Amino acid sequence: MIALELERVSRDFTTPDGRGYRALDDVSFSISAGSFVAIVGPSGCGKSTLLNIVAGLLAPSAGTVRVDGEPQSGLNRRATYMFQQDALLPWKTVRENVALGLTLGGVAKLEAQARAGAWLERVGLAAFAAHYPSQLSGGMRKRVVMAQNWILDRSIVLMDEPFSALDVHTRQQMESELLELWEGRSAESLALRGANGAQGDTRGVDGARAFQASGQRKTIVFVTHDLEEAIALADEVVVLSAGPAAHVVARHTVTLDRPRDLMELRTAPAFVDLYRAIWAVLRQEVIKSQQPAGQPRG
Amino acid sequence: MADAAPAVPGAGPTGPAVLFWRVAVGAVALTLWQTLVSLKVLDAFFVSRPSDIAQRIVQWVSTGSLWGHLAVTLEESLLGLVVGAAMGISAGFSLGRSPMLASVFDPYIKMLNAVPRVVLAPLFLLWFGLGIWSKVALAVTLVFFVMFFSTYQGVRDADRVLIDNVRMLGASERQLVRHVLIPSALTWIFSSLQTSLGFAMVGAVVGEYLGSTRGLGYVISQAEGTFDTTGVFAGMTVLGIVVVIVSAGVSRLERWLLRWKA
Repeated sequence: MIALELERVSRDFTTPDGRGYRALDDVSFSISAGSFVAIVGPSGCGKSTLLNIVAGLLAPSAGTVRVDGEPQSGLNRRATYMFQQDALLPWKTVRENVALGLTLGGVAKLEAQARAGAWLERVGLAAFAAHYPSQLSGGMRKRVVMAQNWILDRSIVLMDEPFSALDVHTRQQMESELLELWEGRSAESLALRGANGAQGDTRGVDGARAFQASGQRKTIVFVTHDLEEAIALADEVVVLSAGPAAHVVARHTVTLDRPRDLMELRTAPAFVDLYRAIWAVLRQEVIKSQQPAGQPRG
Repeated sequence: MADAAPAVPGAGPTGPAVLFWRVAVGAVALTLWQTLVSLKVLDAFFVSRPSDIAQRIVQWVSTGSLWGHLAVTLEESLLGLVVGAAMGISAGFSLGRSPMLASVFDPYIKMLNAVPRVVLAPLFLLWFGLGIWSKVALAVTLVFFVMFFSTYQGVRDADRVLIDNVRMLGASERQLVRHVLIPSALTWIFSSLQTSLGFAMVGAVVGEYLGSTRGLGYVISQAEGTFDTTGVFAGMTVLGIVVVIVSAGVSRLERWLLRWKA
């Protein structure tokens, strides 16, 4: 079943000096439900633009996005979004931040707080429930964001270089935790949601669908410029060309077994082969993106 | 994000060393003043002397004549602060949310803000009479703009990512305002509360000074009318002390409300 489908999506921007700029050109691909897809490409190629369009935060200039087969207009109510920057509300405590999506959706405060508490336990931050985000480390804040996203139990999670600001070791730790969460390896995941799982999201999704989704793996679209990270996490790697007018240049299926041990994976022969194959394509785009622009500025 | 917001005023080094130097600076200045007048370098008729000023304040306090005037000034300032803040915050919010409105009103706001408030005082006396309301109006014209600009800035400066995130999490427009825009603007609003408070008192006292029958401004203007420099300085001192005490209260409130800041 197809969760997300992009059909000939383009996006134009107007530069401050009034000229047109095409960020994405005729991008088409589809993502099947429950798969983990990484989108890689050189810096500035429009990866974030693509994700914002899928999220519904940006409208495409041309083309259609279909979510579960339905053409999207407005915000994507089946997705949550983990941003590159810190998006926790600094004036709310950790617990209030995790509960935010629930309270916005009309879940009673006490219940929302209780469920947030359970999620904090799951990501190992129960002791920090009453702290403010500014009092946590970068890795801890990312865990809070993961809980904030997962508690809504939407079927799609969009991630825009979520771990790029972290140091290498914290980053690997977060990647492992993300995979655990996604693969539902810790058994509490279902027990946690309990009978109230369907109430988490009341906008645009009916209760039955939300309930069904909670038993399924989420569809993850993970944008990164780091090919290693992409291969280590994803089922499939989509390579975007250098901008402007970025388009899909290659799609590679990642056949590595799951669950994956991220500590060992990067030196495994299968991983290295894949890396070489995809890098051969990506390399060309990175070189293109580093060449000086064709026209002089001004 | 929050990093871009102004720092909490009143923060900074505290402790015995700071207290010592604070007292020392005041003591040296007062001693110098007193000595220069005693040595006839300065004429007491023009600058009075600290001991006389202190005596005058003690006299005002002991006879109780001070309290009535002080209460009037505080009442006017407080009303000016509340009304001015309410108007400034709502205007800042409306214009911050609507670029169209902001563009339309931009020249008018700049024009109004450039009007010297002293020239308004006679108009306000004419419109609102000699009672407290002409002073409140003057305080409002000062507080409004401080609050307006802070709120406008706060709303415009609200972090794009925070807004996108709560929208993705399902926030309606109203929830967006409540959970992101208001708290974001509050940082700026509280940071300007100290300034607004000072301006509110300036507005009240200037109004009293130009035409009233009560208040600290009235006391000062009466003293000036009889070349009683001691009375003028005593009035200014009382005003200064009151501002410091009220500011300390505002600082505490501010620290509590912005406790989420690291």
